[in-house]
Amino acid sequence: MTVMRYREAIRAAMMEEMERDSRVFLVGEEVGHYQGAYKVSEGMLERFGEKRVLDAPITESGFTGISIGAAMVGLRPIVEYMTWNFSAVAFDQILNNAAKLRQMSGGQLTVPIVFRAPNASAKQVGSQHSHAMEHFYAHIPGLKVLAPATPADAKGLLKTAIRDDNPVLFMESETLYNIKGEVSDDPDLLVPMGKANIVRPGKDVSIIAWSRMVHVALEAATELAKEGVEAEVIDVRSLRPLDETTLVESVTRTHRAVVAHEGWPYGGVGAEIADRLQRLAFDELDAPILRATTLDVPMPYNAKLEQHVIPGVARVLENVRAVLYRS
Amino acid sequence: MTTTLPKSDELSLDLYRQMHTIRRFEEEAARAYAQGKIGGFLHLYIGQEPIAVGASSVMRPDDYLLTTYRDHGMALARGMSPRAAMAELFGKVTGCSKGLGGSMHFFDVEHSMLGGYGIVGGHIPIAAGTAFASKYRGEDRVTLVFFGEGACSIGDFHEGLSLAALWKLPIVFVCENNEYSMGTPMSRTMSVEDVSMKALGYGMARDRFFVESVDQVREHLAEAIERARTLSEPTLVEIRTYRFRGHSMSDPGKYRTPDELEDRKKKDAVLRARAELVDEKGLKEAVEKLEAEVEEVIADAVRFAEESPEPGIELLEATTYSGEFAR
Ligand SMILES: Cc1ncc(C[n+]2csc(CCOP(=O)(O)OP(=O)(O)O)c2C)c(N)n1
Repeated sequence: MTVMRYREAIRAAMMEEMERDSRVFLVGEEVGHYQGAYKVSEGMLERFGEKRVLDAPITESGFTGISIGAAMVGLRPIVEYMTWNFSAVAFDQILNNAAKLRQMSGGQLTVPIVFRAPNASAKQVGSQHSHAMEHFYAHIPGLKVLAPATPADAKGLLKTAIRDDNPVLFMESETLYNIKGEVSDDPDLLVPMGKANIVRPGKDVSIIAWSRMVHVALEAATELAKEGVEAEVIDVRSLRPLDETTLVESVTRTHRAVVAHEGWPYGGVGAEIADRLQRLAFDELDAPILRATTLDVPMPYNAKLEQHVIPGVARVLENVRAVLYRS
Repeated sequence: MTTTLPKSDELSLDLYRQMHTIRRFEEEAARAYAQGKIGGFLHLYIGQEPIAVGASSVMRPDDYLLTTYRDHGMALARGMSPRAAMAELFGKVTGCSKGLGGSMHFFDVEHSMLGGYGIVGGHIPIAAGTAFASKYRGEDRVTLVFFGEGACSIGDFHEGLSLAALWKLPIVFVCENNEYSMGTPMSRTMSVEDVSMKALGYGMARDRFFVESVDQVREHLAEAIERARTLSEPTLVEIRTYRFRGHSMSDPGKYRTPDELEDRKKKDAVLRARAELVDEKGLKEAVEKLEAEVEEVIADAVRFAEESPEPGIELLEATTYSGEFAR
């Protein structure tokens, strides 16, 4: 075990997999000479050279398409967007090519590719730079979507993603890059996709979250404990495939659930989870499932308004109290 | 050059005043940023001022202007008050975008400043669309759109140029080539050094120069504007320039040497304009007087920004839709 930061865990996963498999390469803006816009790929150019760590100009659609093409014929690209916001420029490539090639070729082709970037809000970066893009992508069959909250999961899940034969979208967070945690040194330790993790057991209510919101949910659970409420916090980690079993089992114990995520309330992964729980555990529920989300407006720049729009501890608590009929 | 613009001491002093105002505005913004009074991204324009001032001075007040996130200089040159600009950076409701947009999203429709945009290249077709509207309505209004050389690789740049040439739109595409796209020198983002060559493929008029003075910017852009206004034909103009600060406040700028930076600062067109006024034209007194006035204007803007109220939450929904909020 080594204690490392989230960004270092991601780097370790990429470097180990690049050592292991010469078909894996990294492409993106400022990933090489600049050492990564958020220093995730620091040192990788020195280690692997310009053939395998490629600085791309601002051409998201172009380098996404090139990577999909390379993956179709046997390479295993890792595509870094400076942030997930800019993947919108490449949305068509991901939607119409990465996700569709396998089925429309009747299963002849596979697209083993990883797309990764920081996702969701940062700090006062405004309406065009604060999107929670997992909701858009998890909608699409043919794609897998992961959103780890800890360094250990970041490393283990990214390694799994790189070894997977499908397009996998990997959601990081600028607000998590500096957090530290114990990470396995075993180059073959993989964290499986489609497995949620109960990070805090409890019996009164399930708080279901991923990425940064897991940490917010844990803070909320600490608050609730003071009020005598034992909240169970579930880190979903894998949004597609989704671990319904763990979610249903949790709700079967707690009978109440709040999904806490960044991103707007209209549709989205939170709505999907609420739908599955009401279908699969209807008789277990003692209250409607609520969602603590980003408010239904574009992200404002002003710091106070931004904090008002982003879901925080207060909004999680408010929703938990509502499902407990305590508000 | 076919156009010869009138020159007078009065005009030269006014152009210098505008450039100096932008510079002092941004130096104070950088200071406020360091003090935590401004958040998010802050991209300074320092070094490129002659372009905004020269361009705006040969535009008609009703000519449209769109630019990137590096937008303070353009907005001030168009006539936005330093108060409204500084208040926006401080996230105040008195700001040009009510504190909702922030540094990257300065808007001032009254002064035909149609915004600063955060997604590289995304505003280029939009700008062409404003030119389309002018032509559609039979007006002789012209659009100027600004972007960096980093934007010349992305699809929207090419699609915008392609349509503007095909549909003969009254627009001037101005590439402010400051030699770096974030941390990447242009030699690693483009296969050609001459950006203006991109116009050839679209059969579009082109121009290219290394900026030395605001007068030179005026001469070149006046010609392109004239072509747009009288012939309804687009032009691609590449202006070679240099930014003296990092890409944004978080960029330490390790990708260029201190020598290179010092060398370029010696060619600073704003300081050269000052020297010309003082040494060659003997206008020392007038220059010092206007500089003192600018200090007062900037100090007033900072005071105003500090004292202004923040936007309230009632603005969030009201600014999301025109009319009733759609749920
Ligand atoms: C589509 C997209 N990709 C990436 C970014 C991140 N980004 C912002 S500015 C920038 C560099 C732009 O350089 P250039 O176009 O030369 O303009 P300059 O900043 O030098 O004025 C990058 C990569 C973005 N905003 N949009």
